This record gives sequence, structure tokens and C-alpha cells, in this order.
Amino acid sequence: MIAKLFTIALGAILVENFIFSQFLGICPFMGVSKKSDTAVGMGFAVTFVMALASAATWAVNKYLLIPLNLEYMQTVAFILVIAALVQLVEMFLQKSVPALYQALGIYLPLITTNCAVLGVALLNIQKSYTFIESVVYGFTGGLGFLLAIVLFSVVRERVDNCDCPKAFKGFPIALISAGLLALAFMGFSGLKIG
Amino acid sequence: MSLKSQFQDGLLRKNPVLVQLLGMCSAMAITTSLFNGIGMGISVTIILTLSNIFISALRKVIPNKIRIAAYIVIIAGFVTMVDLLLQAFLPALSENLGVFIPLIVVNCIILGRAEAFASKHTVWQSTLDGIFQGIGYTVALIAMCLIRELLGNGTIAGGFSFINNGDGIRILPEGSPALIMILPVGGFLTLGCLIAFSQWLGKRLEQKEAVK
Repeated sequence: MIAKLFTIALGAILVENFIFSQFLGICPFMGVSKKSDTAVGMGFAVTFVMALASAATWAVNKYLLIPLNLEYMQTVAFILVIAALVQLVEMFLQKSVPALYQALGIYLPLITTNCAVLGVALLNIQKSYTFIESVVYGFTGGLGFLLAIVLFSVVRERVDNCDCPKAFKGFPIALISAGLLALAFMGFSGLKIG
Repeated sequence: MSLKSQFQDGLLRKNPVLVQLLGMCSAMAITTSLFNGIGMGISVTIILTLSNIFISALRKVIPNKIRIAAYIVIIAGFVTMVDLLLQAFLPALSENLGVFIPLIVVNCIILGRAEAFASKHTVWQSTLDGIFQGIGYTVALIAMCLIRELLGNGTIAGGFSFINNGDGIRILPEGSPALIMILPVGGFLTLGCLIAFSQWLGKRLEQKEAVK
């Protein structure tokens, strides 16, 4: 049990990193990585929502969609659950933890359309994970996103000041440095446990 | 707004992937063979056009405050329809694209066009916008597929079962291609170079117009 959870965690953070090997959540990854402090904020917000969304969508699937034979409505149901969840988290944080809300606030609405969140919900079902496995996969997948976006934001701060061909200035050179980071992450693909 | 300028916007000046930088996840993830690229492009074009028509028809009915939620539900409905149709009639494509078909729901192109265009224009204009933006997306995907497949696998037009049993037409001899181009790394590198090319092209066109 513990070994399986550890395998899932290691896989989600390093071997099958959501950004670098599964291409989920590229938009916020490219959009919010210009400064490292905003990248940290976004990373934590995504981690939090991914863990919550994994739990909520797993329960919705098991106790609502399967008994009613509505599995084909998964996509619609999940995106609604995620949108509602993000809204709830936002209201809850605003009322009870204003400091955290100030830090994460602007990123929360963006997360609804982050494909990593809907992606993790769909992958949990596809891989037929149990409840605990789903939550662990969601949480560690978020940590993988956090790791990727923080590493990349530090690289990007330096790349922005570098001298590169004019056509590559800005976005293209950022994509290529992300590619090089992905290359580094490919080194983890040899990792196997058990 | 003329037909011609809308067409040019979708294909070049406001190409969704290369200029607006939307929908990059799918553009990098599934462009490993021409079959996948064209399949994904057509699916997105259909969903984008239908949701544009629907949203623009309902633009005066949907209350402003909950418009984003309403758009997402409409889009998710069309995505589910396309997903089920693909599973039934093109199971090979459905298997290749996997989780990226349901993920069209959160593809920023569709929500972006709904918010920026369909909610403010007539049904006819929104239909055209959906078709042209969809074609722009498809063209960008095809360009990525051609580059990545040729350099990474040494073939062109792979995946179509009627061409060489799905292996495609071999251009480079076996063993010589750089496998890395069809791995995730290749996606980042190819898209980076393509966007750089489109920026360079855009600048040149601007200069030419300025000279005139």
C-alpha cells in the first residue's frame, strides 16, 4: 500500500511530470512564470486545487455517475465540480484566511481552465485509482507542477536578459528553454521502484 | 468586417496557436503523427464552430454574471458529443488522442473565442470566425506534425491506415531520425521555432507594408 503510494508520488513529481512529460497545464506554466514569487503562488494554488478536485471528482464519479449510469457525462460533471470547487475555495479563503487569499487570490479563477486539474480528474478514473491513491496522485501531481514552474521561472528570469536572435525574443526562447528542462527531466524516466 | 480579413486573421495575423499562444497543451502533446494532428484539428474546428454559433445565438439571453460557467457547460456538451462520436466511429484516433479529447473543454482557444468574439458578434460572423480560427489551429498542428514526424520518425503522413498500413511514407532511412523530436522535448523545441518563424514573418510583412 505505502509502496504503491510512493510509486505514484514519485511518478507524478518526477518521472511523469505533468508539465514536462504529459503536457498538462502549459498555459499557466508559460503565462505565470515570468517572476519566481508569482510562480510559487500559482504552484501552491494549483497543488491545493488538484488535491481537492481529485477527491471531489472521485466521489462524484463513484456515488453519483456510476449508480445512475451516467459515466458518459464525466466531462461535463467534472468541469462543473471543478468550477464550483474553485469558487468555494475562493470564498472560503476570503472569509477565513485573508492573508492566504491575498497571496493566491488572483490565480484561483485561472485554475478552472487549467487542463492539469481536469486532466488529473480524468486520469484518476482512467487508471482506476482508489480514493486515497487519487488524492495522492492529485496532490503530488500538483507538487510536480510547483517544482516545474518554480525551476522554470528562475531560468526564465535569466533568459529574459540574454542576447538571443531577435525573432526568438520573448516567448519562443522561453519555450526552447522549457524544452531543455524537459530534456533534463527525461533523465528521471529510468527511475523504477519495486 | 470582411470575409477576407476574417480569413487572414484566423490563418495568419491572429493564428490561435502561433500568434495568440492559445491551446498549446494539445498542440504539443498530440502532434506526433499527421493522422493525430488532422483528427485533433478537425475535432476542435467542429466544436469551436458549434459552440460559437450557440453562444452567439444565446448572447442576449445568458446573464452577464454567470456567462463563463454557461459557456463552459455549452462547450462541454459539444465536446462530449464529439468524444462519443469518435469512440464509436474512429476508435483508433480516440485511443491516440486519449485524455486530450475531453480536455478540449479547457482548451483556451474555445473559451477565448467565446468570450472575445462570439459573445459580441452576430451568429453568421461567429460561425465564420469559428471555422477560420479552427482552420488556423489545424494548419499550425499540421505544420508541427510534419516537422516532428519527419525529424523524429523519418516518415510523412503516418497513422492513416490506407497509406502504407499506417506507417506513412518513409523519407529518411530507418535508424537515422532523432527520436527526441517525437518525445515531449521535441514538442517544446518545434513550437518554439515555429513561433519564432511566425514572429519573423510578421515583422517582415509589416516592414513591407510600411515601405508601400
